[in-house]
Amino acid sequence: MFDLFLVEALVNGLLLAGVLGLLALGCNLIFGVIDVVWICYAELVMAGMYCVWYLYIQQHVPLPLAWGAAVALVAAIGALVHLGVIAPLLNTAPINQLLATGGLLFFLQSFSTLLFGVDFRSISIRMPLLEVFGIFISTARLLACGVALIAVAALFYFLKRTYLGHAVRAVSQDREIMALMGVDVRRVYLVTSLIGGGLAGLAGCVLLLQYDVHPSLGQTFGPLTFMICVLGGLGNLAGGFVAAVIISQIISVGGLWTHLEWGYVAAFVFFIVMLIWKPEGLMGTRS
Amino acid sequence: MSRLGLIVAAAGLIGLSLLDIPSYLNHLLILILLWSFVYTSWAIMGRFGLVSIGHGAFLGIGAYATALAWNYFAITPWLGIPLALLLAAALAALVGYPCFRKRVVGHYFALVTLALGEIVRLSIVAMRDYTGGSLGLTPNRVAEGTSIYAMQFVDKRWSYLIALTTWAIGLAIWTVVDRSMARHAMDAVAEDETAAAAIGIDVMREKMKIFILSAVMTAFAGSLLCQYQMYINPDTVSGIGISLQIVFAAVVGGMFTRWGPTAGAIFTIMLAELLRIAVGVKMVGLDNTVYGAMLVLFILFLPKGIFGTLAEKWSRRARLILNRKPT
Repeated sequence: MFDLFLVEALVNGLLLAGVLGLLALGCNLIFGVIDVVWICYAELVMAGMYCVWYLYIQQHVPLPLAWGAAVALVAAIGALVHLGVIAPLLNTAPINQLLATGGLLFFLQSFSTLLFGVDFRSISIRMPLLEVFGIFISTARLLACGVALIAVAALFYFLKRTYLGHAVRAVSQDREIMALMGVDVRRVYLVTSLIGGGLAGLAGCVLLLQYDVHPSLGQTFGPLTFMICVLGGLGNLAGGFVAAVIISQIISVGGLWTHLEWGYVAAFVFFIVMLIWKPEGLMGTRS
Repeated sequence: MSRLGLIVAAAGLIGLSLLDIPSYLNHLLILILLWSFVYTSWAIMGRFGLVSIGHGAFLGIGAYATALAWNYFAITPWLGIPLALLLAAALAALVGYPCFRKRVVGHYFALVTLALGEIVRLSIVAMRDYTGGSLGLTPNRVAEGTSIYAMQFVDKRWSYLIALTTWAIGLAIWTVVDRSMARHAMDAVAEDETAAAAIGIDVMREKMKIFILSAVMTAFAGSLLCQYQMYINPDTVSGIGISLQIVFAAVVGGMFTRWGPTAGAIFTIMLAELLRIAVGVKMVGLDNTVYGAMLVLFILFLPKGIFGTLAEKWSRRARLILNRKPT
């Protein structure tokens, strides 16, 4: 019987990996291209979740429309974060960007407390559990994992097949040279922030399927997001998903034997060890 | 500041404890002094580019180690606090050594400390059978109320004197570090690590010293906060929120000057209290909303902080006056 639980934990971990992978995708893209850490990234995800909740529950907007609005809203916030906060600080010490987005974290977290209170909000959609070979799989996680894979595919298509995508990849390889080659780096940064924000919004949409939204949500998902970004290697989008699988397995299987918190503690210890031992990421090569 | 002014100010601050000041005011003063000490502890390493966004880890260790030792092993805080400090030093060494060895700097170091803060917070929550988890922990009160052995005081003026002494020690440590060779060494390291190592600075040792010092000071503040408030909670002593608040206050006050962190503590605590009085408790989160927005604005427009900027302006004027040739 114990083995069945283990398999269930493994499968659930794998599906959680899809969600965490999507969560880290936008952050990773921004990290890779602009070389800044948005400490407030998870708060942007939360903003997307609140947007969906507000439109769907309070205003009775159909869910797909609410999803679209959330993605658009968070994409706009992403662009604003870049223009208002990151762009003026680009040439200062990197720690300033970290602290400024840390301020945004504070702001978004408390502002949502002001607007929506500290209650847990859910869109209360009951998704059925699928039973496969005696293992219970949540449809919400399956759906989230699917959306995550589609988002990755779309992002890869954009990066590999479009002109702007080429520019984005080129800038992530060498900022100074690309500016000399006639690429408008500022525009590339703006587009990246827009996409990064949009991905945060999308992550919020699927996250709301299985989690309630509350102002301190970012405290749970924020550290996880950075963990995955760094483990996968900066800007390494595929690496991000591998890291998401590892982290979610540690949490999911680790939580099987003991309190869930110890699973998280193990994941964070692993993160510190990795950051010190192999800061270029699991699959990265030292440049 | 002149020596005389310093003595007068010190006498005034000590004299405050003799007056029967309202307990609310006393409470505010204690909070300002203790948090000033925390922010000073953070800035003592933050000023050299070792920015930690997980100092809640050490605050939490200080608070919980002291309280747990008292509650479960009846170890007096007089022994429990040194124990907690040792623990914090050990943790700082354990994390700092490989970090500095492998040259984890800048925002990578910040992310390591972020994870460290989370590890401590989650561990406290996970050990809920002993720590009470998210519900928090109250040190056992002694029956007689005030006990020097248990470091518990009913009369808040004792707490005030302890906080005042701690704060003064913090400023003294800052001054000692500021005038030491270590400060010049760390300045060089912050500027260019390779160059600093090339001229013979033991980068590793200097960083370890300053990191452990900062961790121990923060843990000490954690213990005192626990003894004063007689209630601790993983979210109020560890975790991202409190760690960022430390960074915010130090940055706002000015992390490069001795009085900066104190200015930050006065500013943030007064702001929170004023907002609470003006708006009341019905708008939960308003103070942090203002903090957050201000942190962003400060980083953008006033990166040296309130006190740092003022001090710079003032000293420039002072320099102008002093340099004026007598005619």
